[in-house]
Amino acid sequence: MKKQLNVSAIKQGTVIDHIPTTALFKVISILKLDQCKDMVTFGNNLDSKVMEGKAIIKVENRFFKDKEINKIALVAPHAKLNTIKDYEVVEKYVVEIPDEIQDIARCFNPKCITNNENIDTHFEVVSKSPVALKCRYCEKITHEDQMDIK
Amino acid sequence: MNAKNLISITDFSKEEYLRIMELAADFEANPDQRLLDGKVVATLFFEPSTRTRLSFETAINRLGGEIIGFSDSSSSSVTKGETLHDTIKMVSNYADLIVMRHPLEGSARYASEVSDVPVINAGDGANQHPTQTLLDMYSILKTQERLDDINLFMVGDLKYGRTVHSLLMAMSYFDNPIFNFIAPPELAMPNEYKLYLESKGMRYFEHTEFTDIISEADIIYMTRVQKERFPDPVDYEKVKNVYILRNKMLKHTKDNMRILHPLPRVNEIHTDVDSNPKAYYFEQARNGVYTRMAIIAHLLNLK
Repeated sequence: MKKQLNVSAIKQGTVIDHIPTTALFKVISILKLDQCKDMVTFGNNLDSKVMEGKAIIKVENRFFKDKEINKIALVAPHAKLNTIKDYEVVEKYVVEIPDEIQDIARCFNPKCITNNENIDTHFEVVSKSPVALKCRYCEKITHEDQMDIK
Repeated sequence: MNAKNLISITDFSKEEYLRIMELAADFEANPDQRLLDGKVVATLFFEPSTRTRLSFETAINRLGGEIIGFSDSSSSSVTKGETLHDTIKMVSNYADLIVMRHPLEGSARYASEVSDVPVINAGDGANQHPTQTLLDMYSILKTQERLDDINLFMVGDLKYGRTVHSLLMAMSYFDNPIFNFIAPPELAMPNEYKLYLESKGMRYFEHTEFTDIISEADIIYMTRVQKERFPDPVDYEKVKNVYILRNKMLKHTKDNMRILHPLPRVNEIHTDVDSNPKAYYFEQARNGVYTRMAIIAHLLNLK
């Protein structure tokens, strides 16, 4: 039986691996891959040795700066990036939750101005494990279990 | 570098707090300094607050400034659906300074980002009320002649009370404060503040009722225990009289001790306390005018 990859290899670009199955489309949205002109392939509910099923995204010809890719850390805290050049993995990177999060998560406080007017949210990450976000505006802390990704 | 706005108590450095104290004392000694002559200050009160608004308007008047604004959002373009962004943008074209009270948390911080002129937060929902904290500090400094080594008793609703949280943060900038909390368990000081004090090596003690311990107090800061804060009204009934201060309780307190309250007071300070020389809550309110004059002068670099 010929062994086949569920998601084909790319010549060059980025592979984002170890995405939780529930986070795949959020990651696509956060990285704006739904508007990307380059070839994007992805798979969901794939087998994984380290997770209960995972998702993978492969983007041809796209390379992400740390700051950009760290945005997905809120929804995919253990995601790993492989930079591919000429079908070879040339660099690996594990995402890190950044110190500030802009416009990805909602503030849990219904009386926060960000939930009442069209304003981008802005949080200081006060704890990374578990995640706790302090709203720059209302100063209240949104905990991991209260987090709602936009 | 000095803060451009006063939104949260943490916006000012310790040096700036001390500068405000200095300026407030100066304005108290010399109230007639027309530093705002020719300037316009907007007081935008999206929710009513007679006391704070009158205090600010007095401060602006004493400084010789002109006031524009509204005292209630029903008399403003908010009723036409105008966003806060647009209101602030518009007003910052008219005025040299904005003083704002708004029911939503974070509104003042947002306003400061939109506005081209400085913004003073006169209360944003249940979040911050920094000018109250500064006048509380000025009152402590005036009566105790120092801000270090203060034994500060905080009584009543320590869970939801924004004034006590803010005062705790401010006093932690100074040396060796001792905090004594007197509150029902349902309204105890939240853990985040206790952890904060622990991280700074500052002492605090918790009590559930008034005891002889108040004889050690330099300041007793009273707040109201509200019925609405108790999910079970029976629990409120049990405690509603425990946190009332009466004159006879003050017998063994220190001569320098003063009683503060952010007002309005309901029944938590009995009227028999009012004639006690240690009752300071009305002078505290008057200090508000001088403190607000100081904040305005500082933010606009008038002195």
